[in-house]
Amino acid sequence: MIKFLIKGLLRDRSRSLFPIIVIAAGVLLTVFLTCWMDGVKSNMVYTSAIFETGHLRVMTRAYNADISQIPNELAIIGIDDLLDTLQAEYPEVLWRPRIRFGGLLDIPDEFGETRDQAPVTGLGIDLLSAESHEKEILNLEKSIVSGRLPQSPGEIVLSDQFARKLNASLGETATLMGSTMYGSMAMYNFTIVGTVNFGMTALDRGTMIADLGDVQVALNMDDAAGEVLGVFRDMLYKDEEASMIAGEFNREHSDEDDEYSPMMKTLKQQEELASFLDMASTFIGVIIFIFVVVMSIVLWNSGLIGGIRRYGEIGVRLAIGESKGHVYRSMILESVVLGIAGSVIGTIIGLAFSYYLQVHGIDITSIMRNASMMMTNVMRARVTPGSAFIGFIPGLIANVIGTAIAGIGIYKRQTSQLFKELEV
Amino acid sequence: MENSVVIHTINLVKEFPMGTQKVIALNDVNLDFHKGEFAGVVGPSGSGKTTLLNIIGSLDDPTSGDVMTMGKSIKSLSHKESARLRNRYIGFIFQTFNLLPVYTVYENVEFPLLLLDLDEKEREKLVWEALEWVKLTDKAQSRPNQLSGGQSQRVAIARAMVKKPEIVLADEPTANLDAENSYNILEMMEVLNKELKTTFLFSTHDEKVIAYLKRKITLFDGRVVKDEMVSRDDS
Repeated sequence: MIKFLIKGLLRDRSRSLFPIIVIAAGVLLTVFLTCWMDGVKSNMVYTSAIFETGHLRVMTRAYNADISQIPNELAIIGIDDLLDTLQAEYPEVLWRPRIRFGGLLDIPDEFGETRDQAPVTGLGIDLLSAESHEKEILNLEKSIVSGRLPQSPGEIVLSDQFARKLNASLGETATLMGSTMYGSMAMYNFTIVGTVNFGMTALDRGTMIADLGDVQVALNMDDAAGEVLGVFRDMLYKDEEASMIAGEFNREHSDEDDEYSPMMKTLKQQEELASFLDMASTFIGVIIFIFVVVMSIVLWNSGLIGGIRRYGEIGVRLAIGESKGHVYRSMILESVVLGIAGSVIGTIIGLAFSYYLQVHGIDITSIMRNASMMMTNVMRARVTPGSAFIGFIPGLIANVIGTAIAGIGIYKRQTSQLFKELEV
Repeated sequence: MENSVVIHTINLVKEFPMGTQKVIALNDVNLDFHKGEFAGVVGPSGSGKTTLLNIIGSLDDPTSGDVMTMGKSIKSLSHKESARLRNRYIGFIFQTFNLLPVYTVYENVEFPLLLLDLDEKEREKLVWEALEWVKLTDKAQSRPNQLSGGQSQRVAIARAMVKKPEIVLADEPTANLDAENSYNILEMMEVLNKELKTTFLFSTHDEKVIAYLKRKITLFDGRVVKDEMVSRDDS
């Protein structure tokens, strides 16, 4: 009997091929949307983590209180000892000291007079030490547009857009005019050795990157750094683990009464990021939920219509002597087979499509031209283990429920009524 | 067993709701049909012919009264028992053939046997036998959409007869057929009635069918107005 039913299923394309296409399309959309939304959120968290907040961030209590001003006068003193401590106590995290600073970048002409000048946002990171991971974490090698990364003290790279704005060429001198840690004026000459494209409008507009040691000298911040960012070695943010590390560090090393004592914050605890992440998660969750519900209704209806369309055939089968229970079970079984087939196909295509966008992404540079948000210009999807299963909710469960509801009509109607529906 | 009652209707009433009104399709119908009868229910459209056949075949429930089909009270049967009754004792032939379009002629005829859980060899023997009765062995692998109306109805007859049922209920079997095909089918059914002693009960208003009947029951507005034995005029 099962062979007989499978034969019918395979031969009748409107019973097999069409439902599978509809289910696969619905599942594909569900899987892709889930991966895409998750990817967008993860991109924002990742970008924020590597450039702005880290998964963990260490700074002085006073620096934290006034963090939006980037108050280098409140930087951590004794950064080398602190780094040793952090690396010894929390080896699962990569610790990255850095100094963020602002100022004017001046490009002189051949007489030493100002030729071009613009405000600059600077980033002093460890570029020259052997154990530094900054180049990999910030993806600097791949971001080079021209020249190279700093290899010796006194060398800097500029964001390519910024360099073009300043008409700066490789090998030219650039003078940073800013403020030292102690409030006096700082002037320091660097050599431009390369330009990079961060892929983030906020950074591409006017950023220079220099080695931490140079910035410490330029801003008179000997053995000091504004902050230390920590990222988990697998680059994935784990809030529970981060909270545990931050709590432990603060208990051991932070003194509430000393505003210069270091304190550690997790990514979620920083700059309204917690509420942003919660809001983003809720928002994405709601969108995915609505989409899954809508897709479920569509596929439920597809199952329902598929079932109703076959009332005539069912009537004949009942008249020939098949029991209602047997017909109902065969409809459900059929729907399970179609649901699994459609869901598997839809999930595979959805995951393949999502994976492609995870690797290649979509470039939204033109949209982001005037944005000041720390957000990558290439939006990517993110494939997670959950993506492989989410499509089965509308594809299998909803479809089977639709068929099950349609099948109830078999019991509610007189058999004579069912096969009359075959008579056009 | 020749004269045993296979269908016995007792004060059979069937009402259908129509808005707030009720339409009486069958009104106090009392009939007996014996094994091997070749009988027909005749009457104008809406007289209750199809409803009577549906209730006898346990495709519909009576509003009141009862039908004993093969000794079983239709009213008291569960879904499963109804299915078993139809499967074992009743074959249906419909006006619109109602063949399963995705299956071949062979598979359509085989379907009732699958429900009887017969093994493949036995099924094969019975299917070919049934196809020989209706002279369609050469069309065994054809699909219903490749058949003419007459051929389709012959497949439907083979499907109804393959399990050698006690009763065949034929609802307007010639309504969609031309005269030649109608006669062929009626001849075929008459032969099967004689050879297998199957009880045939028709619902019809086709004169060609009426001419073949040995018993004619006339229904009008749901009531039996005439129940007569008729002799075949072979001329």
